[in-house]
Amino acid sequence: MKTYLLPEYLVERDQNRCIRCKVCVNQCTYDTHYYDAEDDVICSRDENCVNCQRCVTFCPTHAITIRKNPNANTENYNWTLEAIRDVKKQAETGGVILTGMGCDKPYFTYWDRLLLNASQVTNPSIDPLREPMEIRTYLGAKPDKLEMELENGNVALKTELTPQLCLDTPIMFSAMSYGAISLNVHEALARAATECGTYFNTGEGGLDQKLYKYCSHAIVQVASGRFGVHPKYLDVGAAVEIKIGQGAKPGIGGHLPGEKVTADVARTRMIPTGTDALSPAPQHDIYSIEDLRQLIYALKEATDYIKPISVKIAAVHNSAAIASGMVRAGADIIALDGVRGATGAAPKVIRDNVGIPIELAIAQVDQRLREEGIRNQASIVAAGGIRSSADVVKAIALGTDAVYIATAALVAIGCTVCQKCYTGKCPWGIATCDPWISKRVNPDIASERLANLLRGWSLEIKDMMGGMGINAIESLRGNRLALRGVGLTETELKILGVKMAGD
Amino acid sequence: MLEEEKAIAEISAKFLPRVKVENERWKIDADGMYYKDLNRLLRAISSNGAEKIEIHNVYGQRYIGTDLDVEVQIDIYGTPGNDLGAFMNGPRIMVHGNAQDGCGNTMNEGQIVVHGSAGDITGHSMRGGKIFVRDDVGYRVGIHMKEYQGKKPQLVIGGTAQDFLGEYMAGGVIIVLGLNLSEGECCTAKFVSTGMHGGVIYERGNILEVEKGTKVMKVGKRDTRVIENLVKEFCEHFGADYEKVMSAQFCKIVPVSKRPYGKLYSY
Amino acid sequence: MRNLSKISNPYNDDKDFDGCSLFGMMNLEGKRFSSQDPVKAIANMHERGNGLGGGFAVYGIYPEHQDDYAFHIMYLSRDAKEKTDRLLRENFDVLHEEEIPTREANVRDRPLVWRYFVQLGKRRPANQTAEDYVTEKVMRINTATGKAFVFSSGKNMGVFKGVGSPEDIADFFRLEEYEGYLWTCHGRFPTNTPGWWGGAHPFNILDWTVVHNGELSSYGINRRYLEMYGYKCTMQTDTEVLAYAFDLLMRRQHLPIEIVSKILAAPLWSEIDTMEAKQQRVLRTLRQTYGSLLMNGPFSVIVAHHGEMIGLTDRIKLRPLVAGARGDFLYLSSEEAAMRLVSPRLDKFWYPRGGEPAVGRLGKRQAVEVLAHVGGE
Repeated sequence: MKTYLLPEYLVERDQNRCIRCKVCVNQCTYDTHYYDAEDDVICSRDENCVNCQRCVTFCPTHAITIRKNPNANTENYNWTLEAIRDVKKQAETGGVILTGMGCDKPYFTYWDRLLLNASQVTNPSIDPLREPMEIRTYLGAKPDKLEMELENGNVALKTELTPQLCLDTPIMFSAMSYGAISLNVHEALARAATECGTYFNTGEGGLDQKLYKYCSHAIVQVASGRFGVHPKYLDVGAAVEIKIGQGAKPGIGGHLPGEKVTADVARTRMIPTGTDALSPAPQHDIYSIEDLRQLIYALKEATDYIKPISVKIAAVHNSAAIASGMVRAGADIIALDGVRGATGAAPKVIRDNVGIPIELAIAQVDQRLREEGIRNQASIVAAGGIRSSADVVKAIALGTDAVYIATAALVAIGCTVCQKCYTGKCPWGIATCDPWISKRVNPDIASERLANLLRGWSLEIKDMMGGMGINAIESLRGNRLALRGVGLTETELKILGVKMAGD
Repeated sequence: MLEEEKAIAEISAKFLPRVKVENERWKIDADGMYYKDLNRLLRAISSNGAEKIEIHNVYGQRYIGTDLDVEVQIDIYGTPGNDLGAFMNGPRIMVHGNAQDGCGNTMNEGQIVVHGSAGDITGHSMRGGKIFVRDDVGYRVGIHMKEYQGKKPQLVIGGTAQDFLGEYMAGGVIIVLGLNLSEGECCTAKFVSTGMHGGVIYERGNILEVEKGTKVMKVGKRDTRVIENLVKEFCEHFGADYEKVMSAQFCKIVPVSKRPYGKLYSY
Repeated sequence: MRNLSKISNPYNDDKDFDGCSLFGMMNLEGKRFSSQDPVKAIANMHERGNGLGGGFAVYGIYPEHQDDYAFHIMYLSRDAKEKTDRLLRENFDVLHEEEIPTREANVRDRPLVWRYFVQLGKRRPANQTAEDYVTEKVMRINTATGKAFVFSSGKNMGVFKGVGSPEDIADFFRLEEYEGYLWTCHGRFPTNTPGWWGGAHPFNILDWTVVHNGELSSYGINRRYLEMYGYKCTMQTDTEVLAYAFDLLMRRQHLPIEIVSKILAAPLWSEIDTMEAKQQRVLRTLRQTYGSLLMNGPFSVIVAHHGEMIGLTDRIKLRPLVAGARGDFLYLSSEEAAMRLVSPRLDKFWYPRGGEPAVGRLGKRQAVEVLAHVGGE
């Protein structure tokens, strides 16, 4: 069927600058550029270009510009270019439209409408460069009270805390499965997490044996596909996370197209090479809250009660009630993933239309657990479009204990968020398991970039905290008074539990 | 591991009166025992060298065998609770009665033999080992079983199954014998093999109605060998007549493509 | 007028979410038996609850008052009791009343619980049935003060429930002193409505009781459909909607359980399309008419009323329910072990299929496993 779709992007090459080095031809994995030997010129197939910016970045003479195709339909706020393109694409294929990364629509971001405080006059700000500033965080269930015994003037602590994770900074790497991203990226995440005293999450694709040496910083995930879940896997992780859902695609399972299931991925996941690894929507042994409790305790039994068990859900309506149930079912950590959460592949309609913003979910879950008197029984970790250290601070002020970042981590390594991860052709070598392309990520360099990111954000967090007159993150956690809202309705302010700026 | 040793010693002391050793068989009276204590006790005595264990008066205790990774033999008298042998890695469990839901859930290695029926999601995400059920099983049995090279889980059902058998199977072997069906009767399970993209289901006769995306074929020499070996084991466990069972014609159900959802998405 | 919703659903969630354990035991000859076995069985399934809810429905416990409506009412304040006493006297002949005997037990924030045996006398208006009259007054009591709630209002039966594990509730209400021919039991794992005794199961309307495990994803529309028929879903729980659905279909519209199960757990179109013509027509019409009552989402329920105990699961069986029979007894349970604990040997044991009820009827020695072809022979 002839396609009626015009190319989304146009490749413009300044022929005066082009030195025919063919770097663009070699780097592009979408077959966009080619060298015409007869005319000694490099040409481009516009229709293949996805605007990944690889060629632009690597062209030594900056000869390439990628432009959005100005040939667009008449301006229409209802029938946007995207809406029209999607209908045509489906008319041509009859399939579900896939996409990658997180929801890109212009609504939903509450971080940009929350502002932070700074202390002046009545309460001094604290100098973060020269005075101690503590951002260490412990994740896990905390008891209501402690039992102590006094013996001959010595205090003996009788209560044993349940297992905890110790984070040097309240930022962890969120779940990205081996298969969705390459082993080199997985390794970079593991190394950076280890170096910075935090944790990375294996995602639902299991953990390759090569990375076992970083296992004390790994949160191993048990998802509905149960890929790679064997006793050693459960044994090595520092914590076990049950994945019920993720923000990019609440209610449906993980999606790894067959293109990305290479021999190595097949081995770790124990499925045939080239098959689609579609994780089922539900975990088939969790259909009710008591089933979740059953699985939590099955994992606690299997790991002899020495690791915290985390449960990850997508932020949806009634997240608060669900979280309450999860805590009562025995979860030590609740992970909430908002509508801006990213993914390697998801149906576009679900990514953009299902789920709620993480800011609202954090506020509601934190508030509800406190009202029920059970907030201390689990830690909250928030994920879904955290872009900067300011977002982290705002998230903690709303009530979360720590955050998960994923898109930010990949952007640090080189990702340009072109949203084509599902093709398995990521030219940056990140969202692919093709052995040839994935070499483009050097774990040494990538882990350094990630560690730099964490270090930079941690310093910024300390700066902002100091500005607020706080030198311990416990004082920021759940402290709504540190926030004010701008451009929010009364209901939004109420749900966030935050006052209006100026109030 | 000092913590663990301490816990084991504590458990042993507290529940010692329930344990008797006769002829190298360790017998536990589990009447009224909380599952956490029972499983700790099992771990304690198996690390003390027990190789053959009997548990009596089992009524619903969960996760039995979950945290044992030694090849002990455990005979359970009563009705074990949900998730029997979940994530199990090695033990050989014999159930003298019915098993409940989640039997062999994400099992890695070992063996479970049920002298009776088993409930829903038996063998869910199984990755290795064997499960033999004498009678029937429930819904979503063998869902998402997986295999890789030498590691191949095997599940043999003497009776019939209910809906969603082998849903989304990616590997392994399921055999349905239908021995309690009468002549000409078929298994009424619906949505069998839905989403299957790996592995194989063998049926004795043509008693299963399968979903689109899979096809029923004649068995070849290699299939017959696999079937013979598993049926022989089945008969040994349950005293069934091997010749009689093998006298019927077996069929196999395999996926048509390993990408049953390949055409579903538009790139 | 107090808003029950605010009490039952204080956080204004879409509705109540909880998970649970179920057990039912019935003597098919109507012979009454003690609480020992039912309590033992439900206590065995302790892991499925979290100690924040338990309850029992018992049939045949008041033989000396068998024709009187037995109201079990809980009070959170003396004032509420006074108001309710007045309401009862204005609308009924109260033949006997007393506090339900209790003892100290491990239950939270115990309310006052009384029982009243009442008759309508000459009060019923001509255009209203006795049952509608009673349900209307029960709703009035529930909303008049916000601190009184009717646990049950049927004849010769009673609901005992509260915030505590089921075995503790049984202990609290001294259930060992009662005998009934049909017991249903429930252990609750509430998430968003933990503290309220009225929120525990069984839910009751007249002599119908429902214990339920699961969650209705179709609740939003089920509720709006029932509201068209005059039901007020004030509790905002799935159980309430299930009870009203059974009440509407079985009591008011006189449909038998074989049909009702095909409404609530309707077969898939792909199945209906392959049936023979007569059956197809019946099932298609049922679904076209009652589509809004299709209960979607995982559920298993045990519904009881005088003479019948019914176990039912959703049409793709996402919740467990097993059935067993021994002698004159029919058992239904979330887990087999609980059943075996009270009856190690069973004459018959089966796993009912999704959408197919397991029914026990008085006088019918054989428990009805699966219904006859609907609309067929």
